[in-house]
Amino acid sequence: MLVTEQQRLKEEIGAWVQKHGASQASLVPVLQEIQAKYHQISEYAMQEVADHMGIHPVEVYSVVTFYSFLNPEPQGRFVVRLCRTISCDMAGKDRVARQLENDLGITFGETTPDGKFTLEWANCVGMCDQGPALLVNDEVYPHVTPDRVAEIIEQCRKVFGPLAVHHSHANGRKAARS
Amino acid sequence: MSGATQGLVTFSAVDADAALAAALARSRTEILAEITAAKLKGRGGAGFPTGVKWNLAGAASSDEKYVICNADEGEPGTFKDRVILTDVPDLVFAGMTICGVAIGARKGIVYLRGEYIYMRPKLEAVLERRRRHALLGEQIHGKEVAFDIEIRMGSGAYVCGEETALIESLEGHRGEPRNRPPFPVDTGYFGRPTVVNNVETFACAAAIMAKGAEWFAAIGTEKSTGPKLFSVSGDCARPGVYEFPMGITVAELLQAVGGERAKAVQIGGASGRCVPAAEFARTICFEDVSTGGSVIVFGPERDMLHVARNFMEFFVEESCGQCAPCREGNAKLLEGIVMLEEGRCSARYLAELGTLGEVMQCASKCGLGQSSPNAFLSIVQHFRDEIMGRTARRPSGSEKE
Repeated sequence: MLVTEQQRLKEEIGAWVQKHGASQASLVPVLQEIQAKYHQISEYAMQEVADHMGIHPVEVYSVVTFYSFLNPEPQGRFVVRLCRTISCDMAGKDRVARQLENDLGITFGETTPDGKFTLEWANCVGMCDQGPALLVNDEVYPHVTPDRVAEIIEQCRKVFGPLAVHHSHANGRKAARS
Repeated sequence: MSGATQGLVTFSAVDADAALAAALARSRTEILAEITAAKLKGRGGAGFPTGVKWNLAGAASSDEKYVICNADEGEPGTFKDRVILTDVPDLVFAGMTICGVAIGARKGIVYLRGEYIYMRPKLEAVLERRRRHALLGEQIHGKEVAFDIEIRMGSGAYVCGEETALIESLEGHRGEPRNRPPFPVDTGYFGRPTVVNNVETFACAAAIMAKGAEWFAAIGTEKSTGPKLFSVSGDCARPGVYEFPMGITVAELLQAVGGERAKAVQIGGASGRCVPAAEFARTICFEDVSTGGSVIVFGPERDMLHVARNFMEFFVEESCGQCAPCREGNAKLLEGIVMLEEGRCSARYLAELGTLGEVMQCASKCGLGQSSPNAFLSIVQHFRDEIMGRTARRPSGSEKE
């Protein structure tokens, strides 16, 4: 990490700690902010947060590694989480999973080399009546079919990276939903 | 968005503001007496009497108390809280405020599961509107009553639906359940008396304030009062959220959702029990088949061993790993399922796995481990013929293959 990047992260963590409070009760909210912006909670970030809260960095590490939405390893700009629990399973999640792997060129648990997509399993996302369901970052997509996978992925590609077209993130993603 | 077919009949008809006004017109003792008289039981699945919980927290002496709404709806097959928070969020917030008034708490926290983060902006807007209308804040309805609600996000951990794990998570720790006792009503969030209730429980409490304990207690059975929401999914014609009185039979429920052909129904999610067709006359209530509302229907062509595997994989992944019976036991049961799939599990070993399951039920530290073998045990009990003596490995649809 460049010194300037480190400096920026340090300042941002300082601002987030100020926003949420410097007590340990604010630990998870602060980590969620870091994860959302940087798609990773680096060792440096953990150390910095620990210093602010007056706790040992190992304690921060233990929290980061406990929750599946917090990650010490870098994740893609878009994290695709396909629900694998029984109702989505019975609704045909296997074929959606296969198509996701085909269209992204990675298997579950991996991140694309360009850092755009991470593909993960999710445990019950609470859309059991509308499965198969998946989450792309904060958005939920119900009734996903193998055919709709490419559409969802392409919408993500359009809003981030060299192929991005200039309209707002939210609009692009909404268009892929039915 | 909600996709609810039958929807929230009772809750949609309750005026949240009237419920809060009715509560504020009464004394704390009167509110607690009303909730107790309604015989409301916790809607999350455990079925603890809400009146008892609120009374204990109300009687605890502390200058700081907390009201926590458990919106960490992670039980497989459950999505009613998502629909409640989408359709009638005011009712939930009113219920929390009523609880705050009744026990003497000034602060409420909604612990919303990370997977539902897309609901947060709308919920924050509802809270903001309630503050503007003096339904939250320093002087609710212009009286000397203060209560406010904050939304905190979970980060993808099923075990945080367990109330003490949820509190640990709020305090900035790993979501590992605490020993109970002491219970949260006595020693909860930062050691203060805390009421933790399910989303639906708070909505029920508000409905009771608006319509009276008598109305509520008249619905359902003697020990399971009130309307109950069910999240129905799986092999049925009309999945969605349904409202039924407690005490409905499994067969009646299946008829309503178009799942008459079912060979089995999982009631209570992954931690619940699998009820075979022969037992469809059983009733869904706290006295018989208890549930937090999850109903998963399995059609005649479903492989019940595959179902058991899906549930066990869930628990192996979601066990917090703190206590051995749950951490090791779930992994061992999953191993047993793989042996069954490969057709190399002896009846004797299957019996040993059954014993292991019973040990997990009584020796695990929290509800997750105590209930995690339920699905496996009930499937083994009712579908022995289907799961034993397999000759070929069946596709399981798991990445662990």
